[in-house]
Amino acid sequence: MKATFSIRRGGSEGGELVDYRTEVTEGMVVLDAVHQIQAESAPDLACRWNCKAGKCGSCSAEINGKPKLMCMTRLDTIDITQPVTIEPMRAFPPIKDLATDVSWNFEVKKRIKKFKPRKPDAEDGTWRMQQSDVDRVQEFRKCIECFLCQDVCHVLRDHNKHAEFAGPRHYVYTAALEMHPLDTENRIDELKNDFGIGYCNITKCCTKVCPEHITITDNAIIPLKERVVDEHFDPLAKLVKLFRKK
Amino acid sequence: MTDYTTFEHDVLVIGAGGAGLRAAIEASAAGVSVGLICKSLLGKAHTVMAEGGMAAAMGNVDDRDNWRVHFSDTMRGGQYVNNWRMAELHAKEAPERVRELEAWGAVFDRTKDGKILQRNFGGHRYPRLAHVGDRTGLELIRTLQDHGIHQGIDVHMEVTVISLLKDGDRVVGVLAYEREHGRFRIFKAKAVVLATGGVGRAFKITSNSWEGTGDGHALAYHAGAELIDMEFIQFHPTGMVWPPSVRGILVTEGVRGEGGILKNSEGKRFMFDDIPPLYKDQTASDPEEGWRYTQGDKTANRPPELLTRDHVARCINREVKAGRGSPHGGVYLDIAWIKEKLPNAAEHIKKKLPSMYHQFMQLANLDITTTPMEVGPTTHYIMGGIRVDADTQASTLPGLFACGECASGINGANRLGGNSLSDLIVFGKRAGEYAAQFAQQNGHGTMDNAQIERETKRALEPFDREGGDNPFVVQHDLQDMMQAKVGIVRVEEEMQEALAGLRGLKDRAEKCSVTGNIDYNPGWHTALDLRNLLTVSEAITRSAIERKESRGGQFREDYPNKEPEFAKFNISVKEVNGEMQISHVPLPEMPAELKAVIEEMG
Repeated sequence: MKATFSIRRGGSEGGELVDYRTEVTEGMVVLDAVHQIQAESAPDLACRWNCKAGKCGSCSAEINGKPKLMCMTRLDTIDITQPVTIEPMRAFPPIKDLATDVSWNFEVKKRIKKFKPRKPDAEDGTWRMQQSDVDRVQEFRKCIECFLCQDVCHVLRDHNKHAEFAGPRHYVYTAALEMHPLDTENRIDELKNDFGIGYCNITKCCTKVCPEHITITDNAIIPLKERVVDEHFDPLAKLVKLFRKK
Repeated sequence: MTDYTTFEHDVLVIGAGGAGLRAAIEASAAGVSVGLICKSLLGKAHTVMAEGGMAAAMGNVDDRDNWRVHFSDTMRGGQYVNNWRMAELHAKEAPERVRELEAWGAVFDRTKDGKILQRNFGGHRYPRLAHVGDRTGLELIRTLQDHGIHQGIDVHMEVTVISLLKDGDRVVGVLAYEREHGRFRIFKAKAVVLATGGVGRAFKITSNSWEGTGDGHALAYHAGAELIDMEFIQFHPTGMVWPPSVRGILVTEGVRGEGGILKNSEGKRFMFDDIPPLYKDQTASDPEEGWRYTQGDKTANRPPELLTRDHVARCINREVKAGRGSPHGGVYLDIAWIKEKLPNAAEHIKKKLPSMYHQFMQLANLDITTTPMEVGPTTHYIMGGIRVDADTQASTLPGLFACGECASGINGANRLGGNSLSDLIVFGKRAGEYAAQFAQQNGHGTMDNAQIERETKRALEPFDREGGDNPFVVQHDLQDMMQAKVGIVRVEEEMQEALAGLRGLKDRAEKCSVTGNIDYNPGWHTALDLRNLLTVSEAITRSAIERKESRGGQFREDYPNKEPEFAKFNISVKEVNGEMQISHVPLPEMPAELKAVIEEMG
């Protein structure tokens, strides 16, 4: 059986959807279709991928308008009687075809203060942590940096607040550091002032698209927002802070 | 003359998986300027695929463990053709490297008393693998990445190296192109570290990503360095076999470590039928004992499913060939059965093997908590690679270092699961340290402009040709041929056919043409990768023909036994006047105290 794939072709200046027909077999995922098209008729079709198993987060794209990993989207879960559109992530500048310039994400991450552990607990330089204390952080550390959460977030996608807003991926990253049992750094001021966490109005779109099923909004963003509120808007805390400064 | 952008670093690291990142961090900490070249985006390298864990004899779960046991396990697993010094350093230094990751923010699974938890794995006598569920590789790469970005390392993403540049014998830089616009870049460096990973894309069924095209192996070879042990390829026993599009994707050994068992189509647990003498004393005598081992009973021996990977892969191959395979040409891997033993088995499986659960649910529509998986061998890892000095990771060329999968020595004829991640950090660190030292002691060399022009011209030729093969088609044909003729079971005749086939493929590769422009053009990238794939395929085939015995990752149907003669040397390949030359490198004599360790461990 054959199916039609409408794939965005073109460079950074603009592009158009081009139709390709290719054979579909049992168990195929969207990335297989793209590879088949590359081998049959469009070897210059640009697309990122690495592991093909949902572990590296390279093949992010918008399939029929929905942000997904191409390697984890089986063709039998979408309607292939109609042309399947495959487009690059919209929240980032296009490079060519399905590849986008995601370098902004790497720049933002660099600006977040690094992990700073407390002194080791034992004489041999090691620490002690209970599994129950690291479960939450391990959830955040499942992130494969596919940036689909960034892509779907309207603050970036529709309002282009890249300069003031770090995006869900980096709130998850910050949460993993802030909730790390060993970490002693404080990143709350920057969250408010430099990374614009206030722009997030908890629509939970990021949580819905996360291929790793990280509960981004409830477990990372909301607790961070609460910490920001505690430090900046709690009158009692403000008073204490004032005295401490003196 | 073509337009080049030139970059200058004291140490240039090629490859940003675990080994490359660790090398870059170490070199940078030594105070030299460091450039790091990634073939993909930072953090996407093949290390993310590692699942089970990293082996380090910390003794957190079983205090009988120590470096001496780990050393002897590694040598036994490698069938004693390993570089003993590398195995020794690895066993001694791995615990410190793992603890260092914790200081950099890694969050390993914990023991009840709050230490780093360790799990069982094939060929390791005690629970030894520090892990995070079944996504340990991701944890490793992310920890190194997030630490490394604050170290002042210059990261060059989506850049591919096409040639090492030399000043006499010494490597003094590289020629590369960037993916986005296909522009050429020259990197001047006082020392170069290769950390480019493996060669899996030379085979049809593989767990490796598109990047695993043997770049470092081929770059070093064409620059005149020696490669050893290239015949030793690890076919991981458990890759997915169905549906076709996911064939080869890895199913972690952790499934067996958690109690998963292998069965044929008759429902028989066949691994008990064939236990090698070398492992007889360490293997469970019945299924009950095997189960107790996986649940942490220190008096029990491990189940035969946890024998070394080369052996398990061959047993699966045998069952399939004998007509006792599963419908799609594999065997059954069953973890669901543990519900007979554990009250909340489904939840337990999801907690211990979360990505396996999702992988099968999403890609194969199969619930591993209720249904056995179909699995079969997949090309996973190459033990062979660039010949290096054990302590410094220096190659046979001045200024060139190598670490991780593209270097050779620690694994001998077969690598134990979990020894790769620890290899990356132990020898990544050493490579970075000694490359920095070399850079501090030597100035920049002089580039050969003629070499640069020649290599650039060669790289651009596919655009000038018309009517040649599509590079993807040549790559597929190469993969089919290597799979069929130099795969898990080898015979001389087929390998000779493969050599002839390689000559034909080389010819086609040299004539292949690409369409479109030079911007982000995967067809062109594949055309350039082909040269590397063909080089390593030839090295694998010639070395495999030369080793007329069966040992570890090499199984010869025409020479099915292990021969003591072949335990005395490694097989080496080197480019001499454009031809591949084979020679034997004698294994150095192991010091008496290490021999005593091996004897003591039995």
